[in-house]
Amino acid sequence: MTTVSRSLRFAESEVIAYRRTWRGTVITSFVNPVLFLAAMGAGLGSLVDAGGGNLGIPYLVFVASGLMAATAMQNGAGDGSFPVMAGVIWRKNFHGTITTPLGPADIILGRLIWGVARLVFVLCVFAVIAVLFGAMELGPALLAIPPAVLTGIAFTTVITAWTLTQKDGTSLSTLFRFAIVPLFLFSGTFFPISQLPDFLQPVAYITPLFHGVELVRKIALPGANASIVTGLPIWASLLYLIVMTAIGIYLSVRLLDRKLRP
Amino acid sequence: MTEILVEARGLTKRFDDFTAVDAIDFDIRKGEAFGFLGPNGAGKTSTMKMITTVSPITEGKMTVFGLDPTTQGRSIRQRIGVVPQEDNLDLELTVAENLYIYGRYHDMKKADIMPRIEELLDFAQLTERKDSEVEPLSGGMKRRLTIARALINDPDLIILDEPTTGLDPQARHLLWDRLYRLKRDGATLIITTHYMDEAEQLCDRLVVMDQGKIVAEGSPRELIEQYAPREVLELRFDDEHNDDAVIKMDGVAPRSEVLADRVLLYTDDADDTQRALHERGIHPEQVLVRRSTLEDVFLRLTGRRLID
Repeated sequence: MTTVSRSLRFAESEVIAYRRTWRGTVITSFVNPVLFLAAMGAGLGSLVDAGGGNLGIPYLVFVASGLMAATAMQNGAGDGSFPVMAGVIWRKNFHGTITTPLGPADIILGRLIWGVARLVFVLCVFAVIAVLFGAMELGPALLAIPPAVLTGIAFTTVITAWTLTQKDGTSLSTLFRFAIVPLFLFSGTFFPISQLPDFLQPVAYITPLFHGVELVRKIALPGANASIVTGLPIWASLLYLIVMTAIGIYLSVRLLDRKLRP
Repeated sequence: MTEILVEARGLTKRFDDFTAVDAIDFDIRKGEAFGFLGPNGAGKTSTMKMITTVSPITEGKMTVFGLDPTTQGRSIRQRIGVVPQEDNLDLELTVAENLYIYGRYHDMKKADIMPRIEELLDFAQLTERKDSEVEPLSGGMKRRLTIARALINDPDLIILDEPTTGLDPQARHLLWDRLYRLKRDGATLIITTHYMDEAEQLCDRLVVMDQGKIVAEGSPRELIEQYAPREVLELRFDDEHNDDAVIKMDGVAPRSEVLADRVLLYTDDADDTQRALHERGIHPEQVLVRRSTLEDVFLRLTGRRLID
């Protein structure tokens, strides 16, 4: 078996498990976008637009692209944390997997393959909902899926590596409280980072969700002007997320090897 | 000459300054049930992990099927079945699915896996639980499923790390019966255990491990004959008379062990020894005569009991 076919075998087991557990993920994957688009886009948006916001576009349209990237982040982060802790510490099924021809790298790559498939699915649903809300055009919405998927797996891989350095699950909720939520709020999802105090703007540039939001917004809203996106070239954000993913994969494989093969 | 499946020379595993396995040698032959007997922390699990190629060898040499675990781990794992000490079944999957995914990990085709699953469920007496979730299964059922999972690829070597630890007596006996069938059908088994009765029941040959070293090697019968006289008298005294009695019975049997709660006298003829005790005026509260076991061998070799 090649690395790819071994990784696919592992992804296959994730698919079989998902047939059993998908109900639990429905809320985060499907209901949340609807709720956020309704509350933030339509509800809060009517206030923003009535207040003479200077975005140049309806707030719903602005926030939808940000939420798409943020949805990818949340799904990606979730996938990189709890299931990894379960595989290594709680249920220990990864320890069994490596007694077969599969190795730690196959587990990481298999989870990545499955993670991409799940993100594509979740983000397609998001795109359709956004189109139904009138927040995106169908074409650009579909084009924005690949950069959103990249955003998601950048988080999955780096958080997988981080999770592998943790001894138990208590730190996972800390991660969401002190990293994911602030990123969600301050990375340009809900307002352009030009609204941040000057000294915080450079900080936004180094955070990953900012690049995800920028990418998705530039592609979902062709011709978006300087009031809603920065002048950063697309390739810079792409490169950021690709490098982040690569580092995440490299560290995850190394750390998982060390955990499973002491 | 029988084929040797696992050959280890000077096999060593160190974690920082702690030596878990200290330069051990052993050969495991095709078709035998080979045991590693020892208390917790003796280095049995570390040895198993090196054989299953999931833990790198620190020093020494080992081959499994003539292959090198360091560079050919995948080819080795293709041909082994592993039953770990702790159940690591996938709780999100059903009983049958747990078997199915391991078949897939072993590169089997769906058409080959399906009949194999039926066979193994039958063997593990889990056919009725085929589509149930794993979580609610009893400890014994989970163990049997783990064993079935280890057999999915029809392995040439089955490695069981403390297969019955934590099971109730009935579940243990059922499991032993299944392992005995595997053995009868010609499988090669490696079993670690700290239960001497398990080693006696299942193992053709075994090594006794203590603190990372092999302290004795042979068949259960050979070890008992070599290290322990045929019979054991277990004597219990009330507290006041214990010390007195120990002094008085000096030399009454070839060897004795004074434990916290009783005194063991090792002898070739229990009747003779009992008579001698009586002549010296020693009257224990309780006397039990039994045959020597591997537990006695272990006690003799290490001065400690297997399970404390």
